[in-house]
Amino acid sequence: MRLSRTEDGACERPPHHRGTELMLYLDTLPKGGHAVIEKVEQRAPLDPIATRLGELGFVPGEAVQVVATGPMGKDPIAVRLGTSRFALRRGEAARVGLRTVS
Amino acid sequence: MSATTSPQTPASPLHIALVGNPNCGKTSLFNQLTGSRQKVANYAGVTVERKEGFFTTPNGRAIRVLDLPGAYSLDSTSPDEDVTRDVCLGCHRTEPRPEMLVAVISATNLRLHLRFLLELKQLGLPVIVALNMMDEARRHGLQIDAAGLQADLGMPIVPVVSLNRAGVMPLLQRLDLSLPAPPVPLPAGLDPHMEVRRLLATYVVDPAAGTDRLTDRLDRVFLHPVWGPIILLIVLFVMFQTVFAWAQPLMDGLGSGISIFGEIVLKPVPGGVLHSLLADGVLAGAGTVIVFLPQILILFLWILALEESGYLPRAAFLLDRLMALAGLSGRSFIPLLSSFACAIPGIMAARTIQNPRDRLVTILIAPLMTCSARLPVYTLLIGAFVPHRSVLGIFGLQGLVLFGLYAVAIVSGVIAARIMTRGVKSEEHPLLLELPSYRRPNLRSLALGLWQRAVMFLSRVGTIIVSLNVLLWALSSFPLPPAGAPGPAIDYSLAGRIGHLMQWVFAPIGFNWQICVSLIPGLAAREVAVSSLATVYAIGATDEGAADRLLPLLSTQWSMATAFSLLAWYVYAPQCISTLAVMRRETGSIKTVLWAAAYLFGLAYLAAFLTYHITRVLTGAA
Repeated sequence: MRLSRTEDGACERPPHHRGTELMLYLDTLPKGGHAVIEKVEQRAPLDPIATRLGELGFVPGEAVQVVATGPMGKDPIAVRLGTSRFALRRGEAARVGLRTVS
Repeated sequence: MSATTSPQTPASPLHIALVGNPNCGKTSLFNQLTGSRQKVANYAGVTVERKEGFFTTPNGRAIRVLDLPGAYSLDSTSPDEDVTRDVCLGCHRTEPRPEMLVAVISATNLRLHLRFLLELKQLGLPVIVALNMMDEARRHGLQIDAAGLQADLGMPIVPVVSLNRAGVMPLLQRLDLSLPAPPVPLPAGLDPHMEVRRLLATYVVDPAAGTDRLTDRLDRVFLHPVWGPIILLIVLFVMFQTVFAWAQPLMDGLGSGISIFGEIVLKPVPGGVLHSLLADGVLAGAGTVIVFLPQILILFLWILALEESGYLPRAAFLLDRLMALAGLSGRSFIPLLSSFACAIPGIMAARTIQNPRDRLVTILIAPLMTCSARLPVYTLLIGAFVPHRSVLGIFGLQGLVLFGLYAVAIVSGVIAARIMTRGVKSEEHPLLLELPSYRRPNLRSLALGLWQRAVMFLSRVGTIIVSLNVLLWALSSFPLPPAGAPGPAIDYSLAGRIGHLMQWVFAPIGFNWQICVSLIPGLAAREVAVSSLATVYAIGATDEGAADRLLPLLSTQWSMATAFSLLAWYVYAPQCISTLAVMRRETGSIKTVLWAAAYLFGLAYLAAFLTYHITRVLTGAA
């Protein structure tokens, strides 16, 4: 499991440090993994996808769990957020920064 | 403006709108309230379905209700949500602002739906909250203090179960009372998410965290990386088996029923022009329309049931990666697959695609998926020109060519979609698809949905198809040939003349005048081209064995280059007026239809041109 995303946007978005930990993003959360949302990043000013994620309830403090991954390239992923479930492409999930819960 | 003071006379029904998130049960509530008293159309200028209905409350109050498209927010991201926002704000071009909103929220998904409800609170319109799916919430062990929530929100809440008549009575009774006062907007700067959290913590007792265990268990199977795709394949296989196998006898039965009906009705009509108009124009046209119905209804029964059960979004999830190759999302798969049976139900099935750009691109490439009507033409030409021999010992050459025609069409469709979706990175193309809880499909909703599709197809598309058929009949029949003229009658008609004129356009792709003439009646339906070729070659089109007798004739009279060129033409050409008619109906834009026809004709001409000249070189004719 990768803890930081390096294959795209590494220069515009360096690994985010929280204490000594690297920030984990929803697209790298393994299947079955639980986490709590830390923040939703805007990729552009007024990023419509980030806005929509917020409206769907992806807001700091909410618990998420990856319940399934797509059969091809593990994309998209199915995420449970409270009582609702959403399918997200990895690019969308990469906006959601997490803190893990043990 | 305050709707509470607006005059209520029996003559002007109360105008309300249903608003809510997707999957809140809004449509089944609408169906339950209005029954069959619904009008389904499109909003002016956009491909968004407009559903309006009428009903009367127990005390006799007449109500006109608009079922607004499902939305997650008034901060819209799609034309569907644009409509909902504009109507709610009262700034829609053609739609007046409703006097009151009925906000539908699902008790099983309060966290998501309450947030949208708080947005609706800001509008200054009276709102009644229909708290739906209370039965399901209770089964999950969810306890909601509706009275407390109602007082806190400042909006009346009525619990409803939209699956049966008794379940919507509380809402009907509430509608008999006077309109509530518009709720007080939230103070500025208050985070709606925090407010939702507070409401949930205060008014909802939720021992099992509202988890739908059944959906979790089903998803472990249906979304499994191995079992998921296998189950999907089985579902699709059974689905298309029924579309082909069940529809065929019905279509044959309807077809012969219409011809028997025609014979009986037209018996007293003397032979001649009137008889020909009624038989070959009107009845043949109506026959074309009605014959499509079984396929459309069976396909839609499946799609509606899969959608209602919650499986369709899962199929989209499993197929998303595959469709991303074409720049589309998983939602486009079923409409495109259906188009292999016939583009007409396929294009109608594109309604299930929420993203409007995806929907348009899917509609535009649907005619490239090889429909079953092309098979007679392919079979005839392959039989006449491709030698019957085996390749590598196991494959028949004829079968390989047929496979190649399908493959070329699919690859072209993917490329065309890629070009139309260019500039949109697949990563940035939002999927963000809600996977609702699984539920048993409601029979009443299925029946209403099927009924609406049937009426829509017969009334709106059917009329266009019949009129165009009559027009084509007239073109192919007039002027009548002079008495005792040699050659087929169609050669003297307007269509014949146009066919001859077309030849200078089509000569570079190797078409002779007989092909050009047969292309015109072939516009009515692709397979008609075979019988019209038979007419042009004067061997009697009505003959059952027309194709068998055409086959040796064509193989001696046409060059191989011409035959292959016609095959290439048929892969692309929008040779089907009915498809264009349903495209017009579904997109509401004649410009889109013209554009689609232009790009498909362009592709067809280019492909036929290349095929013709390459084959000429290869066969040594050039």
